[in-house]
Amino acid sequence: MDTGRQQEAAAAGAQAREPLDIRDHGSVGDAYQTIGAPFVDDAKMSARHVNVYYGEKHAITDVSLDIGRNEVIAMIGPSGCGKSTFLRTLNRMNDIIPICRVEGQFYLDGEDIYSQDQDTVLLRARVGMVFQKPNPFPKSIYENVAYGPRIHGLAHNKAEMDEIVESSLRRAGLFEEVKDQLDKPGTGLSGGQQQRLCIARAIAVSPEVILMDEPCSALDPIATARIEELIDELKDNYTIAIVTHSMQQAARVSQRTAYFHLGKLIEVGDTKQIFTMPEHELTENYITGRFG
Amino acid sequence: MDTITVLLVLLALSVAGFFLGRRRSHAVAAGEGGARALHSLPKHYGYMAALWALLPALGLLVLWAVFESSILANVVIGELPDQVQQLPESERGLYFNQVVSYARGAIDAAQLDHVQVTAAEHYRQLLASSARFKALLVSLVAVVGGLLALRRIAPKLRARNHVENIFKWMLFACSFLAVLTTLGIVLSVLFEALRFFQKVPVSDFLFGLEWSPQMAIRPDQVAASGSFGFVPLLVGTLLISTVAMLIAVPVGLMSAIYLSEYATRRFRSVTKPVLEILAGVPTVVYGFFAALTVAPFIRELGESLGLTVASESALAAGLVMGIMIIPFVMSLSDDIINAVPDSMREASLGMGATMNETIRKVLLPAALPGIVGGVLLAVSRAIGETMIVVMAAGLSARLTINPLEAVTTITVQIVTLLVGDQEFDSPKTLAAFALGLVLFFVTLLLNVVALYVVRKYREQYE
Amino acid sequence: MNSTNEGASASHSSAAIKASLKKRYARERRFQWYGRMAVLTGFVFLLVLLVDIVGKGYPAFTQQYIRVTVDFSAEQLGVAPGASEEQLAAANYLGVIKNSLRAMFPEVDSRKEKRQLYRLVSVGAEYQLRDMLLADPQLLGQTREVWLQAHSEAGSYLKGQVSAASAEADRKVKDVQMAWLDQLRAQGRTESRFNTTFFTAGDSREPEMAGIKVALYGSFFTLLVTFLIAFPIGVSAAVYLEEFAPRNRLTDLIEININNLAAVPSIVFGLLGLAVFINFFELPRSAPLVGGIVLSLMTLPTIIITSRAAIQSVSPSIREAALGVGASKLQTVFHHVLPVAMPGILTGSIIGMAQALGESAPLLMIGMVAFIMDVPAGVTDPATVLPVQIYLWADSPERGFTEKTSAAIMVLMGFLIVMNALAIYLRKRFELK
Repeated sequence: MDTGRQQEAAAAGAQAREPLDIRDHGSVGDAYQTIGAPFVDDAKMSARHVNVYYGEKHAITDVSLDIGRNEVIAMIGPSGCGKSTFLRTLNRMNDIIPICRVEGQFYLDGEDIYSQDQDTVLLRARVGMVFQKPNPFPKSIYENVAYGPRIHGLAHNKAEMDEIVESSLRRAGLFEEVKDQLDKPGTGLSGGQQQRLCIARAIAVSPEVILMDEPCSALDPIATARIEELIDELKDNYTIAIVTHSMQQAARVSQRTAYFHLGKLIEVGDTKQIFTMPEHELTENYITGRFG
Repeated sequence: MDTITVLLVLLALSVAGFFLGRRRSHAVAAGEGGARALHSLPKHYGYMAALWALLPALGLLVLWAVFESSILANVVIGELPDQVQQLPESERGLYFNQVVSYARGAIDAAQLDHVQVTAAEHYRQLLASSARFKALLVSLVAVVGGLLALRRIAPKLRARNHVENIFKWMLFACSFLAVLTTLGIVLSVLFEALRFFQKVPVSDFLFGLEWSPQMAIRPDQVAASGSFGFVPLLVGTLLISTVAMLIAVPVGLMSAIYLSEYATRRFRSVTKPVLEILAGVPTVVYGFFAALTVAPFIRELGESLGLTVASESALAAGLVMGIMIIPFVMSLSDDIINAVPDSMREASLGMGATMNETIRKVLLPAALPGIVGGVLLAVSRAIGETMIVVMAAGLSARLTINPLEAVTTITVQIVTLLVGDQEFDSPKTLAAFALGLVLFFVTLLLNVVALYVVRKYREQYE
Repeated sequence: MNSTNEGASASHSSAAIKASLKKRYARERRFQWYGRMAVLTGFVFLLVLLVDIVGKGYPAFTQQYIRVTVDFSAEQLGVAPGASEEQLAAANYLGVIKNSLRAMFPEVDSRKEKRQLYRLVSVGAEYQLRDMLLADPQLLGQTREVWLQAHSEAGSYLKGQVSAASAEADRKVKDVQMAWLDQLRAQGRTESRFNTTFFTAGDSREPEMAGIKVALYGSFFTLLVTFLIAFPIGVSAAVYLEEFAPRNRLTDLIEININNLAAVPSIVFGLLGLAVFINFFELPRSAPLVGGIVLSLMTLPTIIITSRAAIQSVSPSIREAALGVGASKLQTVFHHVLPVAMPGILTGSIIGMAQALGESAPLLMIGMVAFIMDVPAGVTDPATVLPVQIYLWADSPERGFTEKTSAAIMVLMGFLIVMNALAIYLRKRFELK
C-alpha cells in the first residue's frame, strides 16, 4: 500500500490521540463495563471483544455490540473516539490500511466475517458503506449506480441493469431529480444529491447492512434533512449503522444509540433513553454539551 | 591588454570604490553626529559605489566583446579590392576567414595571397587599437561611475534600498534568462531555417517523400542533387517513438500501479530507486547498448525465425528508447495515480470491488487525462532523443513502417548534417536548422499541451 | 416491514456474486501478476544493461605486455655512439623492435608472416623505447629485457577473448600469431597488468594506446563552466521567482519558459550553441567554454525548479523572525532563507550537474567530437568529454575499442553514481532537519 496513504492512516491514528482532558468529566479505567444493553435478541451483526490497533496506538478497547435486524443504530461520541474505526471493522474496510490490526469476533447472521474463508468481496457486497464526503466516481450518474451490479455481475442484460439503476435511484429518492440527466457526470450534482447518489450506488448491489460514516457532515441542513428522511425509509429494507457527531441527528433517525469515548463503548441503549436519562456520567456530559 | 587584465582592473576599481564609498560616508556623517546619522550602514554606501563602478563598465565590456569582431571585419572587408567584394558571399567569407586566421597566427603566410596578408596586417592593427581603446574606455567608465556614486553620498541617501534595488534587478535578469534562452532558440533556428526555405520551397520540405541531402561537392552540381523531403524522417521518428511507447507505457504504467497499489512499503522503497537508475543512465550508454548488443541480438533472433532484419532496425533503437523512458512514465503515472483521492478507492472497495476492478474501472478512468498528459511528455522525449538513434538507427531515409527495417529520424539527420566539416550557407547545413525548427515546435506543442492537461488534472483533485 | 422480501433479493444477489467470485479472483491474480511482470521487466532490462557493460568493459582494465630482448646498440638504432638528444629522439626504434621479434622467432621468413609478427606489439612500443632511452642515455649500447605493450588484437587473444576454434577469416588474430603467443606465454614472456594507459593517455587510433584522460579533463572543464554559470544564475532566478516576483504576466511568461525549457530536446540547445555562440559570437569550436555554456542553459531549468522547491520548503517563521527584527527582504533571503535551503539547492544542482555530465548530443553540435590527443589546458582549448569519447569509440570497428567504450562507460557511470549518492545523502540530511 502506498506510503502516503499509510501516513494518512497514521495521522488519523494521531488524531484519535487528540488530547482530551477527561479528568474533568470522569474517567474510565482500562477494564470497564459497557452500561446499558449492547446485546439484542435478533442480531443482524454482532461484534465481541473488539480491539483495534493502528500500529502502536490502541484505537478501540474491548468493544462488544449487537446491531439488530432492520434497526438504525447511531454511534456517537467526541471526535477521535473510535466510532468510525469501529464502523469500518464491520465490513473490513480497515483491511486496506496496512498498519491497522483488528482483534475480536464479528458475525453477520451468525457467520464469522473475519474467518479465513470469508470473502471480503462478498462481505462488502452484503455490508455496504456510505462515506463522510460524497464520493461519486467521475462517471455518469447511470454508471455510478451501475458500477456495483456490473462488477458483481448482477444484471444479465441492459434492461435488467436499467431496472436496477432506476429502482436504486428511486429508493435513494433521487430518480425524479435526475431521470433526464442519467448520462451527466455524477460529480456535477449538488452535495446532497451526490450523497444520495452514493446511497443509491450502495443499495444497487442489494446489501443487507448499510454503514454510514457521518453521511451528512459535508451537507447543508436542507440536504441533511432529505438524507435523514431517506434513512428512515430505508430502515424497512436494510439494517443501518450510522456514525454521526450530531446528537440531534442520532435522536431523529436511530432506534438505538451507542456512545463511544476514547476507544471504549461507554453506554448503549434506546435512543430515547440515552438522550433523556443517560446512566453514565460521560454520556451525560457529552449529550448535555459539556464537551464534544 | 587582454580581456582578463581589463576584468582585473575593473575589479580593482570596484573594490577601491567600495572603500572610498565607505570612507566618504563616514566623512559626510562626521559633521552630523557620526555614523548614526546615516540612513544606511557605511558598507552600503561602499557597495553602492562599487556597483556603480562595476556594472556600467562590465556592460560596456560585454557589448565590446559582442560587436568587436563583426565591426572590425566589416571595416577590413570594406577595404578589400573590388574583385574580392564581388565574390559570392560564402567564398568571400572563406577568403576573409583566412585573413583572420593568419592575423591570429593560426596559419602560415604561404597559404595567403598578397592582398590577404596586407588585410591581415591591418586587421591585426585594428585589433590592437581596439583592445587599447577598450581598456581605456572601460576603465574610464568605471572611474566615472564610481565618482558619480561617491558624489551622491549624503547622510539622507538611502544607500541600502538603492543597492537592494540593483540586486533585485540582477535577480530578475537571471530569471529572465529563461525567456532569452527560448528566444535565442527560436531566433537561431528560425533565421537559418528561413534561409533554407529560400533555397528549398517549404512545400517540398513538408511534403517531399524523399530525403537525400548528399550534395555534390562541385558548385555547378548543387542544383542537380539533394532532395529535402521531410516525410520519411517524420515517419521514421514516429516509428521508433511508437516502438518505444509500446514498451515504456505498459511496463511503466503497470509498474507504477503495482508499486503504488499492491506492493508493500518495503518492496516499494527498494524497487523504485532501483528502477529509477534507468533514468540516470546517460543516453550515450543506451545508444552503445542498442547498437552493440540489442541490434545484433534482434537481428539474429529475426534470422532464426526466417525474417530479414536490418542491422540498424527501428525495433532495436525503439526498444532501447522504450527502456530509457520506462522510469519516466513510471514516476509520472505514479504521481498521477496517487493524486486520485482515496475516497474513490474506498467507495469502490467498500462495495466489494476487487483491487483490479477498482484500478481498471475507477482509478485509471479517473486518472486518464493525467496519464495522457504524461504519455505526451514521454512522446516528446522520444521524438527529441538523439544519442540512441544516432548510434543505433539508420542514416538513409526510407519511407516504411516496418520496424525490422532501418529508418532514420529527425535528430539523426540534424547530427549527421552538422557534425564534421560543414559549409555554411549550403542547403545541407541549413536543412539541419529547418529540422531543428520542426523538432522544437513539435516538442514545444506536445509539452505545452501535456503540461496544461496535467495541471488541469491536478487542480481537479486539489 | 417486508424483511422477508429484502432477504430474498439480498440472498439472490449473494448467490450471483458467489458464482462470479472464482473468475474475479482469477482476474485479480492475473492482474497482480502483470504488475509483477512489469516491475520484473524493468529489473531485467537494468540487469542486462549493467551485466552487458561490465562484462564487456572489465577486460579493458588489464593490459597485456610481452617481454622482448631489446638491443639498444647504436648500430641497430642507426645513430652514432654519443648521439645528441635530438638524434636519439629520431632514431630507428621500430627497426630495433622488429629485429628483437625476429630474433625470438628466427623461423619466420615470409614477408606476410613478418608483418604479422611485428603486429604482436603495439604501435606505441617504439615511443616506449624512445622515452626509455631519452630518460637514460646510458642504455645506448646495452641489451635489456623490456616489457612492451602488446597489440590490442594480440592482447585480446592473451586475455582469452578470441578462441582458436572460430574460423580464421573471422578474426584478426591469425593462427600463426596465436602459436607465437602461446609460445611466448609458455616462456613466461607475457604478463597482464592493470591498465594505467587507459587513465593516462588521450585518444588514439590504436585501442591499446587510447585513454580517457583528455575526456576526463574535458568533462571537468566543461562541468566547471556549467557550474559557474548555472549555479549562481539558477539560484538567483529561483530566489527572484520565489521571494520577489510580482504576480503578473511577465512572471507567468518566465515560469512557462522555464517549464518548457526543461522539456526541450537537448539537441536543440546544441543548435542554439552552434548558431549563437559559435557562428554569431565566434567563440572557439570544440571548446569546453561553449560546451559549458550550452550545458548550463540546459541545466538551468533543473536547478531553478529544485531550488524553488527548496526555498519554498523553508518555514515562513524564519522569514517572519528576520523581517521582525528589521532585516530587509534581501537580507532575510540571503542571511536566513538561503542557508536553510542550501542542502536542497545543492541536491538539485548536483542532479543537474550529473545530467550535464552524461549529456552528449548538444556537444556534438558545437564540435566537441574532434579527435584530440592533447590534454586541454583551459576552457578555450579544444577538448572532448567522456560521453562523447564513448560515442566516438563506439563507432570504431576494432574490438579493442568496444572494450574501451564499455570501460569508459563504467567510469562515467561511476562518477554519476557518486554524484547521485551525494545528492541523496544531502537530501536525507535535509529531510532530517
